[in-house]
Amino acid sequence: MRIDCPLCGARDRREFYYQGAAVALNRPAPDAGVEAWDDYVHLRDNPAGETRDLWHHEAGCGAWLVVTRDTVSHAVSRVELATDVKGAMA
Amino acid sequence: MRVAGKGLVNRDKSVTFRFDGVSYTGFEGDTVASALLANGITLMGRSFKYHRPRGVLTAGSEEPNAMVTVGEGAGAEPNVRATVQEIYEGLMVRSQNAWPSLDFDVMAVNDLAAPFLGAGFYYKTFMWPKRFWEAIYEPVIRKAAGLGALSGKHNEDTYEKAFAFCDLLVIGAGPAGLMAALAAGRAGVDVILCDEDMQVGGRLLAESGAVGHLSGADWAASVMAELEAMANVRVMTRTTVTGAYDGGTFGALERVNQHTGKRGGGAPLECFWRIAAKRSVLAAGALERPIAFQNNDRPGVMTAGAVRAYLNRWGVSPGEKVTVFGNNDDAHRTALDLAAAGVHVAALIDSRQGITVEAASFPVIVGAQVCNAAGRKALESVTVRTSAGEQSIQTDCLAVSGGWNPTVHLTCHMNGRPTWREDIQAFVPTAGSIPDMAVAGACDGVFSTLGCLKDGLRAGQEAAEALGKRVVAVDLPVADDAAYALEPLWAVAGKGRAWLDFQNDVSVKDIKQAAVENFRSVEHMKRYTTQGMATDQGKNSNVMALAVLADATGRGIPETGTTTFRPPYGPVAIAAMGAGAQGHGFAPERFTTSHKRSVERGAPMIEAGLWYRPSYFPKAGETTWRQSCDREVGYVRKAVGVCDVSTLGKIDIQGPDAAELLDFVYTNLFSTLQVGRVRYGLMLREDGTVMDDGTCARLGETHYVMTTTTAAAGAVMRHLEFVTQCLHPEWQVAFTSVTEQWAQFAVAGPKARELLNGVLAQPVDGESFPFMGCGPVEVAGVQGRLFRISFSGEHAYEVAVPSRYGASLFDLLLEHAERMGGGAYGMEALNVLRIEKGFITHAEIDGRRTAFDIGAARMISAKKDCVGKTMAARAGLMDEMRPQMVGIKPVDAAAVLSAGAHLYECGAAQVNGNGLGHVTSVGYSPDLGLQIGIAFVARGAARHGDVVRFVDAVRGLETDVEVCAPVFVDPEGGRVRG
Amino acid sequence: MGELKAVSACAGLVPVCIGSVTVDGMDLECMTSLSPFGDALALDGALKKAHGVGWPQAGQALGDATVRVIWFGRNEAVLIGPEADQGLGDVAAVVDLSDAWAAVSVEGAGTVDVLARLVPVDLRAAAFGEGQTVRTQLGHLGASITKLGPERFMILVFRSMAATLIHDLKQAMAGVASRG
Repeated sequence: MRIDCPLCGARDRREFYYQGAAVALNRPAPDAGVEAWDDYVHLRDNPAGETRDLWHHEAGCGAWLVVTRDTVSHAVSRVELATDVKGAMA
Repeated sequence: MRVAGKGLVNRDKSVTFRFDGVSYTGFEGDTVASALLANGITLMGRSFKYHRPRGVLTAGSEEPNAMVTVGEGAGAEPNVRATVQEIYEGLMVRSQNAWPSLDFDVMAVNDLAAPFLGAGFYYKTFMWPKRFWEAIYEPVIRKAAGLGALSGKHNEDTYEKAFAFCDLLVIGAGPAGLMAALAAGRAGVDVILCDEDMQVGGRLLAESGAVGHLSGADWAASVMAELEAMANVRVMTRTTVTGAYDGGTFGALERVNQHTGKRGGGAPLECFWRIAAKRSVLAAGALERPIAFQNNDRPGVMTAGAVRAYLNRWGVSPGEKVTVFGNNDDAHRTALDLAAAGVHVAALIDSRQGITVEAASFPVIVGAQVCNAAGRKALESVTVRTSAGEQSIQTDCLAVSGGWNPTVHLTCHMNGRPTWREDIQAFVPTAGSIPDMAVAGACDGVFSTLGCLKDGLRAGQEAAEALGKRVVAVDLPVADDAAYALEPLWAVAGKGRAWLDFQNDVSVKDIKQAAVENFRSVEHMKRYTTQGMATDQGKNSNVMALAVLADATGRGIPETGTTTFRPPYGPVAIAAMGAGAQGHGFAPERFTTSHKRSVERGAPMIEAGLWYRPSYFPKAGETTWRQSCDREVGYVRKAVGVCDVSTLGKIDIQGPDAAELLDFVYTNLFSTLQVGRVRYGLMLREDGTVMDDGTCARLGETHYVMTTTTAAAGAVMRHLEFVTQCLHPEWQVAFTSVTEQWAQFAVAGPKARELLNGVLAQPVDGESFPFMGCGPVEVAGVQGRLFRISFSGEHAYEVAVPSRYGASLFDLLLEHAERMGGGAYGMEALNVLRIEKGFITHAEIDGRRTAFDIGAARMISAKKDCVGKTMAARAGLMDEMRPQMVGIKPVDAAAVLSAGAHLYECGAAQVNGNGLGHVTSVGYSPDLGLQIGIAFVARGAARHGDVVRFVDAVRGLETDVEVCAPVFVDPEGGRVRG
Repeated sequence: MGELKAVSACAGLVPVCIGSVTVDGMDLECMTSLSPFGDALALDGALKKAHGVGWPQAGQALGDATVRVIWFGRNEAVLIGPEADQGLGDVAAVVDLSDAWAAVSVEGAGTVDVLARLVPVDLRAAAFGEGQTVRTQLGHLGASITKLGPERFMILVFRSMAATLIHDLKQAMAGVASRG
């Protein structure tokens, strides 16, 4: 598997640390309530198809990336800097 | 026997090798198989299960029978295919799976018991009694069955791993692959061309037909010469592409020195390549399939294409009187080539009716089938059945062709399923199975030489175009373009065992038995019969087996489907995949600046993550580690000890929002910390569990330096990156790991200040450096940092200098310490010192502990949000029945404690679910004169003074311990402030 | 009170010469990490003014043997050579890393082949020219690799792992050399 890091270019999977769903970007407010926090910390979809993950280019530039990929074909369709994605959410 | 005037081997260079201890001579370019056949040896192995005598079936890497062990001693390599192993001077080869000898194998009695050993035999027979399986059945079966065995010794051979990159990977250098590489190469594409053979050409090396005005082999050599002259093309021979993976990644095994005697001196035996390619062309060719009939496994029965290869490429006829049997036109070539070379052809038998063979100088029997073979260790005759009846033909070699199967394997590695083509009675790759891969030539069901050349040219040009290159014209040479015609014939009807999978001894009967027992799915059939397993992975037998299964279950072949081909295409030694990871290559070794001196002082080094740290520093006269440890604890409690603490993570944090970041990642406040002061901090994961702890010093208004535990340094760094990139990219803050910039030493004990003042330019006192103070200092002429922090409960400091001075400072500090009745202390003493004070490490915060559990709930500031705060407040994480951190000490002062032990109420049943908690750390406290420990006990904070039962079932320890506060020394904390 | 003695990261480990490839230690003088607060424009200007070399793009290595500014990761570059100008601290985090990294040069015919045994990035001349740098792995080590000349690279790894770096390089060099 290769991930096309926006800063470093296409790199072997070994350089990346896998975190999990990009849901982690949407941290609820402290008072958002039990359900929102449970969703945020524990509940994850398990799609057969498109999924958005957070990967850390740990052995490369150190950027956190939002990787859109297909869990069936394994095709990676989009790789974005997490700072850009989070910035656009603000 | 060699045939005069035939073959590509170098007859000017003879090579001597040994097979089962006997010396044989071949020529440069020979494989073990071709050289043995040239010497008249046809018996090369014994089968897996029945120990039937077997000869060579093929002339390539798909060989199921002729498996040999190469080399001797520790590095002897089993299960090498004799058809792949090239001979070299001094090569030692042994046959396998036969005892006492290949010629007389005792285990061949299995063959007589065959009626009882069919499909599912083991599953049905060895069910009971249950305990017999491990004790009797399995050892006996393992001894009897199997292929070659490893030496069991450490393999000293060198293996290598490497990475390669290209725009276009061409897999296979037959006519299609060569044309594809040529077309792409001329267009300027960055190409890698791989072929598993020792030279390029593929089938062209085995055929007599011409390409243009050259022989096939010469044409291949001419293309090779042109490719090698191109800077943008890399040709890798003896390199098998073993797997296709996500994102254009391929695995490939290069046999670097398997064909030479070169060993040692860093010369790799094999190299495992990871190739990243933008596009690929699969031109892997096709594999010929046999036809099943009774005793079709006799040595001397081989595929028709293999016989042709031995004749045309190696100048060897596998027999003196050869018979050819096939269901297709291609088989005719074998008879014609043999006859033209002067080899006696006993007959050509074609299963089809109405076939004529032009210019045949041998008997042609059409509408006929070979239904039996005779001769146990070597073929003596075959029985041919026609509508007129059966006749016997004396022959010592039978060349069989049931048609050709495109080598679709790689296209299935990403879950692709091949497509059945009725016209060629074979599976071909399904387009798009591997992204950006094109398939060309025989691999795609194109079987004429001209067709392959054309198809390869197309694939090469299309790839060049897709890669943005201008296509350059390549002339298509004239070559054979005969149509491929066949009528399906999988198994000849009749009694006896007709073999499908030679390597696993699976017969037509076994497949039918599987169908009868309702193992109708091809995947179930495979597992029930073992068809398609082992080194050849069904390369010869898969299509035949599923055709038989289809027939037995009344379905068509496409409906029956195929099993899944998975990587690797051919066997890959684990040593090759793990190359470089033995010994020092297993993991990075991180050495502190004091490492050399510690080792010189005899300190046993222990691993702490990747770091190596001294356990203790033995002194003359000390016979146990405990003596050293007790002495070192004494240094710190009574005088002064010095310990290298550089391995703790150090992160420099700067920026206008540095304080905000720290307030968010630590449970407690850091924005309120004064410049020049240090504070202990606790970090949680977002789920409320403790992630790490450590101190953080404020060096300036917007400048902090955080320390992490040695173990969590990487994880904390990643966490900080996460927080600042994924949660708060708006914060203006930067952090940099400075773990390696600073060599840092703890100087601890009542005489710590006295020692430091001996090395600092400006002496420190309680005012300039109070407890938890920090600041820049000059140490022996070097700018450093001083932190007054303590992990021992004693008056202590940590002094840091740039790493280049670390070794020197360590020496200097030890010199001073030793003069003052102190000295160096290692991890064992450090551990005792911190247990005596109840300071935690990751033995305590093991990923299940909350701030509440470790008695630090009040460290979660109410004034602000922080990572983990919300979830840490969940009722379940604050439940008083949770195991809470306590100290333990044995009621009997002489009792031995151990970490990992469980705690129960005295008198309670010591069973799972009944425990109170467990012990995380123990050590011997010289001060108290007994072993002490840290443990987690349900409702522990309220149970100080209670006696509970300590049980270590693993080490057989059991004793009563008293629960107490987890501070054993100086509970008021006066010393640290003194 | 004696003076402290400096020991280089690769002391006793280099030089190593196997086949046509040589590994030697590099004395970088000073190495300073720079991370701009906010965008890098101000830092670019300050760098040019103080050291004559600007802020690099991702994968870029600027300057020459006297002053280099090498991209070192997301939002980070290292200044190699001179001591960092004090003024840079107004617009960036400035961190002294002079002792944190071991620096070696690898050079000679076949260097690219040696690195191909260890580094999962295409370092062939056509893909990786002078003035280019990568953060990647070398074996199991995190590394910064910069091309300095036609067959000459600078490799930086954490100081504590210098021995492993040399061990891994030696093994790769021996393998390449054995192929002749």
